[in-house]
Amino acid sequence: MPRLTIWMVRVALCHLFLGFTIGALLLAHKGIPFAPWLWRLLPAHMEFLLLGWTLQLAMGVAFWILPRFYTVRPRAWLAWSALILLNVGVMLVALAPLLPTPLLSPIVPLTLLGRGAEMMAVVAFALHAWPRVKAIALEGANLQI
Amino acid sequence: MPLVTRFFIRSGLLYLIAALLTGLLLAGQFALRLPPWVTTLTPVYFHLFLVGWVTQLIIGVAYWMFPKWSRTRPRGSTLLAWGCYVLLNLGLLLRVVAEPLQSTRPSVGLGWTIVLAALLQWLGGVAFVLNTWSRVKER
Repeated sequence: MPRLTIWMVRVALCHLFLGFTIGALLLAHKGIPFAPWLWRLLPAHMEFLLLGWTLQLAMGVAFWILPRFYTVRPRAWLAWSALILLNVGVMLVALAPLLPTPLLSPIVPLTLLGRGAEMMAVVAFALHAWPRVKAIALEGANLQI
Repeated sequence: MPLVTRFFIRSGLLYLIAALLTGLLLAGQFALRLPPWVTTLTPVYFHLFLVGWVTQLIIGVAYWMFPKWSRTRPRGSTLLAWGCYVLLNLGLLLRVVAEPLQSTRPSVGLGWTIVLAALLQWLGGVAFVLNTWSRVKER
């Protein structure tokens, strides 16, 4: 596994743990109500599991197994950017409902900011992966690294 | 393909069918004049799909394909893998039954069944993370 994949998969496993923990607390609260404030964690539950876990794992594994150019994975910096942007985005969206809400509600800007970061992450990863979706390893070997 | 992977993927396929059938019920609730309790199946629909299908497919394939843990124990702990399978499925099935019932006919017994379902699924997830973490490496 390349280093980026190790990072993405391990961070994805952390998101899985967090998402499952929040999900278990929410489900337990449905059974025997004990903390109504837990519902504020619902966006975090969804964000951690859908993007932090599933999407990030898919990106990490794709970076590992998609065809390379000889032995090189070109423009890997785009995939590294995706790692950072995605995790910043997920944390912003997850934390937004937990922060205090003064007159000018910061929830909307923070969530928007998070979603923006997630979108840029996906674009960066798509730009990295696009030329690697090809038939054979030698095809397009003159691509700038 | 290891036996536990086959169990994960085949169970996942069954959950996928169950999820889409539940989705069909939810979509046809008004057109087919189904009873109102069908609405309570919405969380079950999402979790059959995302835990039963997506997560179990990922877990099964990861257990099969990730780098070997060691020469003697290439896939880590078999006990943790089976533990994950049993805990996750038991928890999910309990949830599928107890959650809609709790919405329509709430009782303390059903409430604690849901708590148990939550705990089992959480333990299943933890078992997977523990067994997979050290297999995420260069070789």
